[in-house]
Amino acid sequence: MTTTAAPTTVPTVDVDPFSHEVLADPLPMQAALRDAGPVAWIPRYDLYAVARYDEVRATLVDWQRFPSSAGVGLSNFRYEEPWRPPSLLLEADPPHHDAPRAVLAPILSPRALRRLRERWCADADDLVAGLLDGASGRRSGAELDHRSRHVVELDAVAALAEAFPLRVFPDAVGLPPEGREHLLPYGDHAFNAFGPANDLVAKGAPRVAELSAWVASRCARDVLSEDGFGAAIWSASDRGDITPAQAPLIVRSLLTAGVDTTVHGLGACLYALASNPAQWDRLRARPDLARVAFDEAVRWESPVQTFFRTADVDVPIGGSVVPEGHKVLMLLGAANRDPRRWDDPDAFDLARDPSGHVGFGMGLHQCIGQHVARLEAEALLGALARRVERLELAGEPERHHNNTLRAWGSLPMRLHAA
Amino acid sequence: MLDGTRGREEADVGDAQGDQLVVTAKEVAADGVVTLELARPDGGRLPDWAPGAHIDVTLAHGATRQYSLCGDRWDAHSYRVGVLREVDGRGGSAYVHDELAVRDVVTFGGPRNDFAMVPSPRYLFVAGGIGITPLLPMVHQADLVGADWALLYGGRSRSSMAFLDELARHGDRVHLHPQDEAGLLPLAAWLREPREDTVVYCCGPGPLLDAIADATTHWPPHRLRTERFAAAELGAPVRDEPFEVELARTGTTITVPPQLSVLAAARSVGATALSSCEQGVCGTCETSVLAGVPDHRDSILADHERAAGDCMFPCVSRSCTDRLVLDL
Repeated sequence: MTTTAAPTTVPTVDVDPFSHEVLADPLPMQAALRDAGPVAWIPRYDLYAVARYDEVRATLVDWQRFPSSAGVGLSNFRYEEPWRPPSLLLEADPPHHDAPRAVLAPILSPRALRRLRERWCADADDLVAGLLDGASGRRSGAELDHRSRHVVELDAVAALAEAFPLRVFPDAVGLPPEGREHLLPYGDHAFNAFGPANDLVAKGAPRVAELSAWVASRCARDVLSEDGFGAAIWSASDRGDITPAQAPLIVRSLLTAGVDTTVHGLGACLYALASNPAQWDRLRARPDLARVAFDEAVRWESPVQTFFRTADVDVPIGGSVVPEGHKVLMLLGAANRDPRRWDDPDAFDLARDPSGHVGFGMGLHQCIGQHVARLEAEALLGALARRVERLELAGEPERHHNNTLRAWGSLPMRLHAA
Repeated sequence: MLDGTRGREEADVGDAQGDQLVVTAKEVAADGVVTLELARPDGGRLPDWAPGAHIDVTLAHGATRQYSLCGDRWDAHSYRVGVLREVDGRGGSAYVHDELAVRDVVTFGGPRNDFAMVPSPRYLFVAGGIGITPLLPMVHQADLVGADWALLYGGRSRSSMAFLDELARHGDRVHLHPQDEAGLLPLAAWLREPREDTVVYCCGPGPLLDAIADATTHWPPHRLRTERFAAAELGAPVRDEPFEVELARTGTTITVPPQLSVLAAARSVGATALSSCEQGVCGTCETSVLAGVPDHRDSILADHERAAGDCMFPCVSRSCTDRLVLDL
């Protein structure tokens, strides 16, 4: 970090987006950055920030002037060594980005995922049924209605938001069963590492070498099953569509970006539904709203809060200029609650059309796994809507702090069986 | 309007049409070849593309033609295509040459890419005539990534070969073979030695593609990548008059006027249709087609998936038939 005089034409907002105070509740900081102007300057990190919907979206899609290959975190790869070999997708620009993206997109497309739908819906139903029927230890006799109606208390993060993706996604990739418990800590650290070198990064540092080595070992061809996403990526290298050296790094992208994000997306959705009973009732009446409910939760909570770009040239934004070589923080969460774009943005509302939110990003680097996330959500919410009459919070939820992710650490919840 | 009222609704008109391009420049690039520069009417960003991509262009008289993009993808606001006057063509190229003028508007679909560039330390590009167009951005890209490459470029005569001035800066990487001076492309000499480290990209007329397939039978698989310039067999003509869409889940029928997307029309009567990019790229709005023939304008589906006609992306795709029935 260098000491820099405030740029004269850019409003200064003296905040730390990665402090525990802000991570606990980012909404006031988001509002301050939105209201300061189309772009603001954060002195602590000599960092430019866009928080309004229009500017965030414009920055996301403009890969020509805001490339990703200098890193999509605070660290500028022009000057700093990345903590791991850069991602071929997230941290790459055209032309290098083209082939990995072109290979992975059809593997994760809605048409390719159709073969998983029935299985995942059955898995979700099995998971929810098991929680409702089999959790005798947790079932409270006092709350047991006559006949079979009963109530179950659980931590919805561990029992649902983590359990379901961990049950279906590693299988879909083709991972062997051993060691899957490493996936969440690895992802958590990777998403912390986009922020500054604060206590959250330090917390993960002791295990980086061990977790990175485990993840790298899971990307090898002979480790992966023959019918998963991983095998499909390796097959693309047989056709020469990517190189054999690229294949394991593309598998790594799935393992890094495909677990924590969906866990926290589902957590956000479950919290939103439990704290908005009218919306839960709406979903039960119209289970085909499951995908809308998930996307509305992604808009409302923005599980991925921020990403960075680096200005490749001086870029004018709303009367100010982001100078060449400088990092720009894009506040996806702020854009998704920008009142300039959304009516009553703080309301979680299934009657809203959340289309166009930037919770999955936008443009060339838009989340390539978004259809996987939606299918997971559709399966889990569908099972819950069928089997659960009422969701309610059963205690004070606890945040899990991460430099990039907005996450719940625990969501004590009461499920009233239908 | 979430109550599923059965009936006919007139969709609100008002969205700007997202599939229009205005001709901003038209230049003669060689004998029988013009280039068109195309932009959004409002100058906005165009959908991203990569070398090998083409767009479907629908001309004023309703014909749709596919043109490779041959401009600079780092310019997000302009497309360039090259168009050969085809003597035996179906009239599309003659229209572009003789009638289409600067400030005229065409509609477009895509971009799509069936000829994508794959990573390789070495490339051999082989162009026949107007087949140079998709290879031009590939040459640029090969240069950019520091690959070793060569271009064999054949044409009837030097004056019929477009973009020679742009290629001149690449010096002896470019090998020109005007047929009237140098005869046919010396494919056998260039391809005699099969190479693991080389990918061959070829675009041009059918006989050239047949010849290069014959000349590479002893090469390892997947090293030859070709794109055939052939008139695509289109189903029913693409239309610019309104059509009807029945939303099967509610039984509602809507009329979709030319200036409105199917997605916007469906939403105007309360259909729940999640979308994201609204450019036919991300795939979020994929919708099952229950009846009718969709007019695909997305960047996602491959030709065989288009032909199946069982799904579409209503943010950009439209209808070839008077009526579509969608699972919405």
